Amino acid sequence: MSKHWPVLTLGAVLLVGLVLPIATGASPPGFYVEVLLGGLMAGVLYSLVALGFALIFKASGVFNFAQGSMVLFAALAVARLGEQMPLWVAMLLAMVIMVALAWLIERLVLRPLVNQEGVALLMATLGVTYFLDGFGQTLWGSGIYKIDLGIAKEPVMILDQVFQGGILVNKEDFVAALVAAGLVASLVLFFQKTSTGRALRAVADDHQAAQSIGIPLNYIWVIVWSVAGFVALVAGVIWGSQLGVQFSLSQVALKALPVVILGGFTSIAGAIVGGLIIGVGEKMAEVFLGPVMVKVFDLAGGGIENWFAYVLALLFLLVRPEGLFGEKNIDRV
Amino acid sequence: MFYRENGQFKSNYASDQQMLPILQDRVFMGLLLVFAFGAVPLFVSDYVFLSLLIPFLILTLAAIGLNILVGYCGQISIGHAAFMSVGAYAAYNLALRLPQLNFLVVLVLAGLIAAAVGILFGIPSLRIKGLYLAVATLAAQFFTDWLFARVKWFTNYSSSGSVSTAPIELFGWKVDSPAEKYLFLLGVLVVFTVVAKNLVRGHIGRAWMSMRDMDVAAEVIGIRPVYAKLTAFAVSSFYVGVAGALWGFVYLGAWEPLAFNLSLSLNLLFMIIIGGMGSLLGSYFGAAFIVALPILLDQVPNWLGVEMSTALASHLASMIFGSLIVFFLIVEPHGLARLWAIGKEKLRLWPFPH
Repeated sequence: MSKHWPVLTLGAVLLVGLVLPIATGASPPGFYVEVLLGGLMAGVLYSLVALGFALIFKASGVFNFAQGSMVLFAALAVARLGEQMPLWVAMLLAMVIMVALAWLIERLVLRPLVNQEGVALLMATLGVTYFLDGFGQTLWGSGIYKIDLGIAKEPVMILDQVFQGGILVNKEDFVAALVAAGLVASLVLFFQKTSTGRALRAVADDHQAAQSIGIPLNYIWVIVWSVAGFVALVAGVIWGSQLGVQFSLSQVALKALPVVILGGFTSIAGAIVGGLIIGVGEKMAEVFLGPVMVKVFDLAGGGIENWFAYVLALLFLLVRPEGLFGEKNIDRV
Repeated sequence: MFYRENGQFKSNYASDQQMLPILQDRVFMGLLLVFAFGAVPLFVSDYVFLSLLIPFLILTLAAIGLNILVGYCGQISIGHAAFMSVGAYAAYNLALRLPQLNFLVVLVLAGLIAAAVGILFGIPSLRIKGLYLAVATLAAQFFTDWLFARVKWFTNYSSSGSVSTAPIELFGWKVDSPAEKYLFLLGVLVVFTVVAKNLVRGHIGRAWMSMRDMDVAAEVIGIRPVYAKLTAFAVSSFYVGVAGALWGFVYLGAWEPLAFNLSLSLNLLFMIIIGGMGSLLGSYFGAAFIVALPILLDQVPNWLGVEMSTALASHLASMIFGSLIVFFLIVEPHGLARLWAIGKEKLRLWPFPH
């Protein structure tokens, strides 16, 4: 029990923060639930990007800074191809492109850098980030594009009997959350139940041991980067349909970084739970804590959601360095 | 044949411990300094000063600061522009609220404030390492971005959030023209480089390097990790803070809230990677490379006579930049400083093969 006190403390603090607005009557219950749902849905989308990070880190020990650019690249591909053909064909084609990209990255970047330390690999993915940002916009154009999923964007009123004024829910958000949940579930199945998934986990555990029992490392890396590309594609389509496909989409990944460190780099469950915590925490902080801070410190506007997630993750790492579900790091000399 | 240490006997401790033990190195350094201080201002145009040399000098200072933390102490930071912004805004507020202070005092105080903030954000490094720490340092980046954009006191309640500074003045010397700015910055950089060189080859630098190479073993032989890591954060942020203040006052003059954003942090990181981690010389090479490359890439379409839109040119530049970083990492992971060292080694033996 005493081992878990950091996690319990975090949970307690978050819970207090969560119930404070409604307990003090600062917000009407309907609005409160609306914010909560909005946070959860944003959280699901963060989880989606964070999953991409976690997958690659687990299997190859590479911290893939380029995940955000991959999201942008995939979204641009879908948006521009979608102008000429049905959306599902465009998505299939984009998937093929992402696999090709994964193969190229493995071939040109990762293979020559085998056995380099983590920093060098991180730098390499930063280089890939710059390349992809430039390449994507050269290839597909740098305007703002739309992806139309054909789902009505009008908010729907639900539960108007329970709460006064009801709750406004965006139908598209809802579908996005469902798709993300489905994707997460299928990824977990893929990792746990298929032989390729087992090979991936073996590589994640120990490169050398996996290689010595005949798992082809290079092939596995291509698979991992393709899966990450697929996750990026889904995230790109969902984010893109909501925000429009534009350069700022690649910044979404920066929001997912605190999710990964909060959840633990190597953990898929961590990416999901961390995403939900950060999504809800961020929205709650912005909506309820923000105005208070603006009043107290005389700020020029809120915007605390830009750093709230990072500070939350940082504080948590101070008490539990390996994150929520990460593997405990034991030093051996 | 000419570059060798044969016959240069050390007969006392002072000569054994000097910074450049080989006579030829000392002569070369002396000539270089004379050239940089005396000759360069005579024939270099204002354009070169403003777009190449001044940013190069300031960014070198920042790169040295980051190199102390990342290259010597092994603590990765992707958010170091945060400390540049702390230094810049601290200097701005000091100069604004205490106008009687000499600019050098302002500079040092701004550095000290940045160092204090650096220690604050360095505390997590005592618990977390490696990539976790790298991501955690982004907290500093986003927090300061927000702080200086939103808290009006820091920008003196200016309506747009941007601030502007007066030209600096030192003991009656108005540092105004590009050549004067260059000389002032060069002087600052030389002083800071000498201090850094002596820090990293002294007791504290060894503590940092042992922390980098293996922290558990370092602890076992009696190096306090708290002391080593936090001093590295403090010294590094001090350097970067001073660089930030100079960047604001000397290079930019007036700046917007997001002048010190993530891409500046990443550029600093690229400088030390391309230049060479754990090498002061590498900081110079890296900064020169990163400053010169975009300007060079801008010129290339002109030389080739190809017409292209600015957007396309900037995208192509970003592609080339990215590929070059990957290329460098693959071909020479220890950076340009390593190439320099190899060249020196070869020169020592020349004209003999062994």
